[in-house]
Amino acid sequence: MNQPLLYNRQPPRPAWGVRVDPRKTLSTSEPIVAAPLPTQVQLPLELGPERRAQAVVAPGDYVYTGQPVARLETGARNVVCASISGRVAAIRPGPIPGPGPRVAECIVIDSDGQDRRHADCVPAGDPARLAAARLRELIAQAGIVGLGGAVFPTADKLGGSQPVDLLIVNGAECEPYISCDEMLMRERAAQVLDGARIMLRALGCDRAVVAVESDMPAARLALRAALDADRDPRLDIAEVTAKYPAGGERQLVELLTGREVPAGGLPRDVGIVCQNVATAAAVSELFRTGCPLISRIVTVTGGGILNPVNVEARLGAPLADLVAAAGGYTTTNCDLVMGGPMMGMALAGDRLPVTEATNCLLVAAPGELSDAQPGYPCIRCAECSRVCPARLLPQELLVACDTQDPDRLEQLHLDACIECGCCDYVCPSRLTLTPVFAQAKIRQRAHREQQRQARLAQQRSEARNARLAAAEKRYADGPAPDAGEAALTDLLARVEQRDERGDGG
Amino acid sequence: MIEAVLVMAGLALLIGTGLLVTGARLGATGADAAVDRINQLLPQSQCAQCGYPGCRPYAAAILRDEAPINRCAPGGDPTIAALARLLQRSPQPLDTDYGTHQPARVAVIDEALCIGCARCLEVCPVDAIVGAPRFMHTVLAAQCTGCELCLPPCPVDCITLEPAGADT
Ligand code: SF4
Ligand code: SF4
Ligand code: SF4
Ligand code: SF4
Ligand code: SF4
Repeated sequence: MNQPLLYNRQPPRPAWGVRVDPRKTLSTSEPIVAAPLPTQVQLPLELGPERRAQAVVAPGDYVYTGQPVARLETGARNVVCASISGRVAAIRPGPIPGPGPRVAECIVIDSDGQDRRHADCVPAGDPARLAAARLRELIAQAGIVGLGGAVFPTADKLGGSQPVDLLIVNGAECEPYISCDEMLMRERAAQVLDGARIMLRALGCDRAVVAVESDMPAARLALRAALDADRDPRLDIAEVTAKYPAGGERQLVELLTGREVPAGGLPRDVGIVCQNVATAAAVSELFRTGCPLISRIVTVTGGGILNPVNVEARLGAPLADLVAAAGGYTTTNCDLVMGGPMMGMALAGDRLPVTEATNCLLVAAPGELSDAQPGYPCIRCAECSRVCPARLLPQELLVACDTQDPDRLEQLHLDACIECGCCDYVCPSRLTLTPVFAQAKIRQRAHREQQRQARLAQQRSEARNARLAAAEKRYADGPAPDAGEAALTDLLARVEQRDERGDGG
Repeated sequence: MIEAVLVMAGLALLIGTGLLVTGARLGATGADAAVDRINQLLPQSQCAQCGYPGCRPYAAAILRDEAPINRCAPGGDPTIAALARLLQRSPQPLDTDYGTHQPARVAVIDEALCIGCARCLEVCPVDAIVGAPRFMHTVLAAQCTGCELCLPPCPVDCITLEPAGADT
């Protein structure tokens, strides 16, 4: 290669972040298992923040696996596909995983146990020959979104106007317990590379690097073997030190390329697009078999699970099915978490459906996760700022959150906090900072909106005062004094002139 | 020894300048600008609960040291805290003689009852009501600050305050 490499194949160990007990091997001893076909699925129509879909089927309709069942509320694009075949039982609100109890409109489908494919589920043609825009359209219609947890629409990420010189395919799964990406790379490395190649074409970019963590040697070897077989010079592998949160999008971009994603910006702003390895595999699946996004791999793990394993499950299947596929619970009263222990969210129960964002179902036995203990006052040891991947000053932020000083929070860049939990993890005083920051971010947004409204109200009030003052002045001055008089004199003069000429009549 | 004295003198000078700058934070750019800075922190409801005919007059009264900083009920504690920081005073609890802090509300006109007298239109300090004489009036919820000033003039009592964001 004559041009310098855009990225570092083996970036140095970052100064920030924490080394957490990975506990990934719990779920990596067995290959990925397929969950039995669910008897019922529940597909939420709320696809993400401010992204809603509308059903295009009605209760009673028969649907095939892979058939489009809902389209975006804005625009005519189909974005949700049935994950099983059977009858639409209802379209009704149902609980979905989310922070706190959340309810969203869902399409409920009763399986007929046949899993009959929709006739349209055939490959659309050789992706190497399709135009980039066509690739993106097909990816969007297949309902493919980021499977790393953020569920951002993949096609939107691949479109856009800013030039991109590097695609990072993110396999650096840094949260403890989660191993779905690692297992995917171990078992389906060629598919990941194939998806990466298709995404390069959709992006109009000619460099992709798959990032893996240093503690997944088996995945790296599998990728290396696939790469050697593949011989595509545009694809490569990079290995980052296993340190939490090295797999975070911003952190990974920084580690691999040294480019810093601006606060409030996207990797795209610095010429990079990140996609999760599972997303890449889903794209490959779409173009090789014609099958849209109807399933995902979920790590089902934790001390509360009898046989921790990665389960390939249909979207919309109840989480209880996954627990059953992993041998069931070891004990009652376990804590259910969606995602990892650092950034995951507590779930209300196992009746919730699997969604695109469900990368892990962590079933923690009582006492397995460090539970909230009373904190002590901050001793200003600055451990938190040493580990903060966003280079913030968590201890100062905490003070500013306590005093609720919005200007100070702005100064300290509260918005740049990625809520990774590293500061909590190291704090010797056992302070829980991250939840405080998450709350403060919400308040800060509300505050900014209030400020905006106040400025508008002020403008309207000032305009009104000016208007009233002007009216007052007009009233006080009375009608312009000489205007009427002048008109009268003028009129009289003209009348006089006419009479003198004697041509009246 | 002499170095130490010089260093201390230098430090004193530095700190002195610092204090001057802080002191000048409000004064130097003129009273109008100072009133503006205080006004920026007020919620702009223009409700007159503070006893002044709007936020800016209250800001001016604060600057003249005529009014304490704890009279704005719509702003509540956050506003008092912000004022205290700007003016370097200690925050005080809200003076409840001038109203209590409530969650945001907006005025809603029962359009079936409105007789189109346009009296509410005249008093709304932030032009949040649309209407014309003998026509039905309505409140633009996004613009209404919930100041309550439109309630008393309405001859048929068809205006009520509802929690903000409840409906429409
Ligand atoms: S780690 Fe904890 S105790 Fe140390 S400075 Fe940060 S908040 Fe304070
Ligand atoms: S939670 Fe926020 S403040 Fe704490 S370490 Fe992570 S980014 Fe930094
Ligand atoms: S009470 Fe507050 S919002 Fe109302 S006019 Fe006075 S300063 Fe403005
Ligand atoms: S509509 Fe009524 S309550 Fe709302 S801002 Fe105008 S006068 Fe105040
Ligand atoms: S004051 Fe009452 S009746 Fe008159 S226009 Fe306003 S809402 Fe209608």
